[in-house]
Amino acid sequence: MPNASYIVLIPLLPLAGFALLGLFGRRYIKGFAGVLGTSFVLVSTALALYVAWQYFSISLPQGHFKQTVPLNLNWLTFSPGLSIDMSIILDPISVMMIVVVTLISLLVHTFSLGYMKGETRYATYYAFLNLFTFSMLGLVLSGNLFETYIFWELVGCSSFLLIGFYFDRPTAVAAAKKAFIVTRFADLGFLVGILILSFHADTLDIHTLIQRLTQPGPQLTNITTASFLGISALSWGLVLVFVGGAGKSAMFPLHIWLPDAMEGPTPVSALIHAATMVVAGVYLVARLYPVYAHAGPAVLQVVLYVGALSALLAAIIACTQTDIKRVLAYSTMSQIGYMMFALGAHGYTASMFHLFTHAFFKALLFLCAGVIIHRVHSNEMKDMGALRKLLPLTHACFLIACLAISGIPPFSGFFSKEDILLAAWNSNKLVYAVGLFTSGLTAFYMFRLYFSVFWGRPTHEAGAHPGHHPETPFTEKLPLVILALGALSAGWIPFSRFVTADGKPEPAHGVSVFAIAPVALALIGIATAAYLYRKETERPQRAAAAFKGFYQFAYHKFYIDEVYTFITKKIIFNGIGRPAAWIDKNIVDGLMNLLATITARIAAGIKGIQSGKVQDYTLYFFAGIVGLAVLFIYLYT
Amino acid sequence: MWAGIILSLRQELMITILIFVLLVYKIGASEYKTNALLNGINLLLLANLIVGFFPCPDATSFSGMFHTNRLIVLEKNMLNLGTLLISLQAYDWLKSHRHVPEFYMLLLATLTGFFFMISSGNLLLFYLGLELSSIPLAALASFDLEKRQSSEGAMKFILSAAFSSALLLFGISLLYGATGTLGFDTIVQRLDGSAFQLFAFILILSGFAFKIAAVPFHLWTADVYEGSPVTVTAYLSVISKGAVFFIFIQLLYTVFKPIATSWYRILIILSVLSITVGNLFALRQNRLKRLLAFSSIAQSGFILAGVIGSSRIGEASVVYFILIYIFSNLGAFGVVSLISAQTGKETISDYRGLYANNPALSWVMAISLFSLAGIPPTAGFFGKFFLLMAGAGKGNYVFITIAALNMVISLYYYLKVVKAIFMDKPEQPIEKLVIPLLPNIAFIVCVAGTIITGLAGWIYDYIYSLSIGL
Repeated sequence: MPNASYIVLIPLLPLAGFALLGLFGRRYIKGFAGVLGTSFVLVSTALALYVAWQYFSISLPQGHFKQTVPLNLNWLTFSPGLSIDMSIILDPISVMMIVVVTLISLLVHTFSLGYMKGETRYATYYAFLNLFTFSMLGLVLSGNLFETYIFWELVGCSSFLLIGFYFDRPTAVAAAKKAFIVTRFADLGFLVGILILSFHADTLDIHTLIQRLTQPGPQLTNITTASFLGISALSWGLVLVFVGGAGKSAMFPLHIWLPDAMEGPTPVSALIHAATMVVAGVYLVARLYPVYAHAGPAVLQVVLYVGALSALLAAIIACTQTDIKRVLAYSTMSQIGYMMFALGAHGYTASMFHLFTHAFFKALLFLCAGVIIHRVHSNEMKDMGALRKLLPLTHACFLIACLAISGIPPFSGFFSKEDILLAAWNSNKLVYAVGLFTSGLTAFYMFRLYFSVFWGRPTHEAGAHPGHHPETPFTEKLPLVILALGALSAGWIPFSRFVTADGKPEPAHGVSVFAIAPVALALIGIATAAYLYRKETERPQRAAAAFKGFYQFAYHKFYIDEVYTFITKKIIFNGIGRPAAWIDKNIVDGLMNLLATITARIAAGIKGIQSGKVQDYTLYFFAGIVGLAVLFIYLYT
Repeated sequence: MWAGIILSLRQELMITILIFVLLVYKIGASEYKTNALLNGINLLLLANLIVGFFPCPDATSFSGMFHTNRLIVLEKNMLNLGTLLISLQAYDWLKSHRHVPEFYMLLLATLTGFFFMISSGNLLLFYLGLELSSIPLAALASFDLEKRQSSEGAMKFILSAAFSSALLLFGISLLYGATGTLGFDTIVQRLDGSAFQLFAFILILSGFAFKIAAVPFHLWTADVYEGSPVTVTAYLSVISKGAVFFIFIQLLYTVFKPIATSWYRILIILSVLSITVGNLFALRQNRLKRLLAFSSIAQSGFILAGVIGSSRIGEASVVYFILIYIFSNLGAFGVVSLISAQTGKETISDYRGLYANNPALSWVMAISLFSLAGIPPTAGFFGKFFLLMAGAGKGNYVFITIAALNMVISLYYYLKVVKAIFMDKPEQPIEKLVIPLLPNIAFIVCVAGTIITGLAGWIYDYIYSLSIGL
């Protein structure tokens, strides 16, 4: 069994890094800051891998993986039952998560060594990265619901710092603020949810809480009989916790912060908005999954439909975006939607599996995007093109990631997505259909991005200095290659041997006939994208050749092109994508603005009461007494 | 016998002796150095605080009029600590003031009043204590002698206080008529929740609500807080409020226990109104003193949420929160007081870019505001959380949700100040200010308290072990 003494080091080392760099970084460490910050995370990663190896290889005595609490420090005792402890919980998903978080974090740290070089606040950047890694690891490992909440807020704060890193850009500051406020709003749900659940279970300890709320006992009867508006306290608690998770995981309609958050440095997007913070919501639901599964279908239905809707909506919007990072942001939201609805469809293992594989290919996509943006100095797809010759390695990596996210075998995304669709098929056919359609769309928009960036006509910016400097420094290449290997092979792990809802290993089921439909749809999506975006920009060069012998062919092609353009641009883009984006921008954002305006108006109106006359004050004082007296003496007695 | 009485009354006696020392000094010395005097008084207050911590047996004297126990002693120590902090912070303002001994005599007189009020076992002594504290407070409010606003605030305070006292006294006499007694231990046996008694209770409650500035009994606060010197505003919104809460919760949990279902409902209404209205007012304020004053109305509402919990947890969390509140609110008021005394600047826009020249003051302000807003890892977060947790114990989730929602709203105006200090570009930045030794000590204690009270679990455990609950 892994020993607490070195598990504690996994989160504490990045914290030490943060303290060192934060205190002395700017003055004494300077250029060395990156290496120092990275080495702290490197040791953490090694420890995390060691713990995972120990946990999965040794601790299988009774045929299943147990949930253990190797460390429990009592901190604040609120009442005999409720105490806030600093504890560490080890179970398959927390072990998996520490591996994912440390690994991705290490790669992002390494990548940033070259990428962020020359920034004036280089040391501060690494201090923030270390702080974020610490918070995320703490969140993943915490065995006390309140401890989870503390780290949850810390993650929010450190991501605020990272998104707003370029604080001299007004857009970055606005984005950081938006992310902070929206997630903070959702955290409110989480907090009230914690209050409800823990008060009825009379414990904050996650392990005990799950036991008490899933096995018959006084606490369970209590929480299911107490009800508000006809819904039991248990359901309220779980739904509110889910709202908190939905805020961090950018589920509809709380997703509005995610696209804007792309204002942060690109490696930060790879870390926060691909592999770690945004999956915290999924992780939270998974952490309490036994309670969700036991509480009856209603709450899981909410999770299911919110997840499915987010997956579909985000995929449609992704088709209409032209900013490379925004496409990736919406794609992240869509993939997290997959993980959420998988949980809602009782596909616990599938969801965690997708979380695992997604971390690799999405981080890879963001890091590639970082390389591309550095080369062309623009986020817009129209400024890119024919980059495959300039950036051969990035091209290969990006292609692998695209194939993985599209679910083409044998790349990793194929396996996890297939598991999710299988779970959806067994649970809800409508959601299955949505998932299937979305997977086709995913392939389409990813390859639209791929072809517009790496194929087509070279643009002025990209071709300005061919061969001027090498593609990327070694510190950027290495993470790309490692992530590419992960994106390629992470799916081959027999995941259900390790991570299941009850800890009992299940044999991995092989590839079935069932996989044909999603793969076929993905291929259609890729073909469509290739047809539209490879050709469209190449047409000028080929025009001459087409005029000679292939007139008929070219004409015919042109005709189909128009049809495709009509279908995609007129129907998908204008008919569905634009309204979806419009609703997103005006109604969802508008509602949030409206709330703020109303509050300000009321505050302005109420000011009139404060007249400055003592007579008025005593009048209100007296009215208060009369009001209370009337209310209570005549209504209640 | 006398030894026992002196021992149990020692905190009150200490303060009274201090007042007499000052009185004799004032009469005897025609010329004195303000600096030395301030140092001396602060040393005496420190000694008073330390002596207060010596253990003291639980006792009931004067046939039940006066009683004390370990929780009450702790509460008095908290008030002593708060008064010392305020006195340290007032250094800059007082060193150029001509009436230092008078200021301290008045201040300590109110403190004596609070002590007797907290220890009272009889409505009569309770009322005497309350009055002993409020009349000197009015004099303190007008202590910026040359400012018209200050006298105006004091005038409004004394008029409103008289009105509230009259109603309170009316309530007490009605209750006496209904039960035939003024002793806490006998009233509780004769309460049956009839409409007459309930009306008497509401009148008494309004007296409390006036003191803790709960909506709709809060309107006096705006002018009084605005007009008074910052030091007095801090004293009014922290020490005075804390003391009244201590006796309020004692009365509710012991004397008015039989009508708990009624006051429980009334308090929910008062709490929701206070939190919401306090926040809405604070949103629009541009003067820091007013912003802190209005936010303290909202904070009162949150404390009421803990009182509503009506359990041992409720009592413990209220005392715990008031301790945190003393540290964090006095930290914020201290910065405002210092800057106002040295530069006369008091609006948020004056604070733009404060960080550039005064990083230490900026951090004190930021940490205090974070704590008031309830952002982890400051103590305010734990305090608020415990209050809400205690309130949630009764299962009224709608109320808790409203309260939690207001926590988010309050973030806006607290962070607005932090943003102005750290992020905004200054037009006319405040130049580097010298922080004298005494205020500096106060700042260090406030910041340390704001952080440590939350992180050190034993503080809450200790308070919890002393609380009795309903």
